[in-house]
Amino acid sequence: MFGFSFRPRKANSAQTAKERLQILLAHERGSGSSPEYLPILQKEILEVVRRHLKVADDAVDIRLERGDDLSSLEINIEVPTGGASTATQN
Amino acid sequence: MSKVIVVTSGKGGVGKTTSAAAVSAGLAMRGHKTCVIDFDVGLRNLDMIMGCERRVVFDFINVIQGDAKLKQALIKDKRIDTLSVLPTSQTRDKDALTKEGVKQVLDELREEFDYIVCDSPAGIERGAHLAMYFADEAIVVTNPEVSSVRDSDRVLGLLNSKTHIAERGDGSAIRAHLLLTRFDNRRSASGEMMSVEDVLDILAIPLLGIIPESQTVLKASNVGMPVVMDDKSAAGKAYTEAVGRLLGEQIEIRMDVGERRGLWQRLMGRTA
Repeated sequence: MFGFSFRPRKANSAQTAKERLQILLAHERGSGSSPEYLPILQKEILEVVRRHLKVADDAVDIRLERGDDLSSLEINIEVPTGGASTATQN
Repeated sequence: MSKVIVVTSGKGGVGKTTSAAAVSAGLAMRGHKTCVIDFDVGLRNLDMIMGCERRVVFDFINVIQGDAKLKQALIKDKRIDTLSVLPTSQTRDKDALTKEGVKQVLDELREEFDYIVCDSPAGIERGAHLAMYFADEAIVVTNPEVSSVRDSDRVLGLLNSKTHIAERGDGSAIRAHLLLTRFDNRRSASGEMMSVEDVLDILAIPLLGIIPESQTVLKASNVGMPVVMDDKSAAGKAYTEAVGRLLGEQIEIRMDVGERRGLWQRLMGRTA
């Protein structure tokens, strides 16, 4: 009717803000601002992969998903068809 | 024993200069000889907030480079005789600041003043780094908003690692205080804005004060008067109390901060 309500309205975005910050800062406090090892990891993975496969410089895609209890590191390597046979000679 | 206090935040626009002006004026009003320095080289603004922009002749950079004596560059406030302003350069860039130069100026100021308030630029580059480097205490100005809280956390990390006190490595640390600005009690109560407790939980440093979002702050900057001098406004009172706490007084933090609203507005606020 008049929308008269004594309770705070439904979605509490302040709570969301606090939770997002807590998760983010838990990570940032541990390892500086951004995970600086990721570019190195990417380079090293590419080197290892290249011993066996012929892949392009931008074929490795690394994604990091930071969670509250668990973080996941996702590594995608794009392998061209027939790449394996040519690279074994290197 | 003089004290160097940096007013810093990382993020811009949260109220650093307003707070540096208010805190230094507040300290001076209590009779302490106080100097406030603008570290935002190239973007001079403290002079306007302090209302002395037309009296700037020499600046901080001129002093560092030996082109002027410190006494020539200091501007004595006309309203509070224990207060002085050291403006920065409007034309030079941050590279004009050197660690040795800043140290030399601060050492000279320490001989004359009880409190030296350093108004840091936004960011974490050279100007911000040097503003905090020699500080004994820090006031971290934060808005109850995610990007501001995140940047404050980053700045706290720097205060604990990249400062003169931290680099001594004897376990001593800068005393950091949280100043929560632009706080809106009503929006916090309705869950739209993080609460004081939320921010304190995350940043985990003692609370110096809560400055309500207030129209008085803009009015004060319009006329070049530190808002603490408006003792009738909620923001002015909140700064006065924050200064008291900075001086070690036990003043209870009031949570009913904010502009007073009429009965009708309050009723309407409920239904919106």
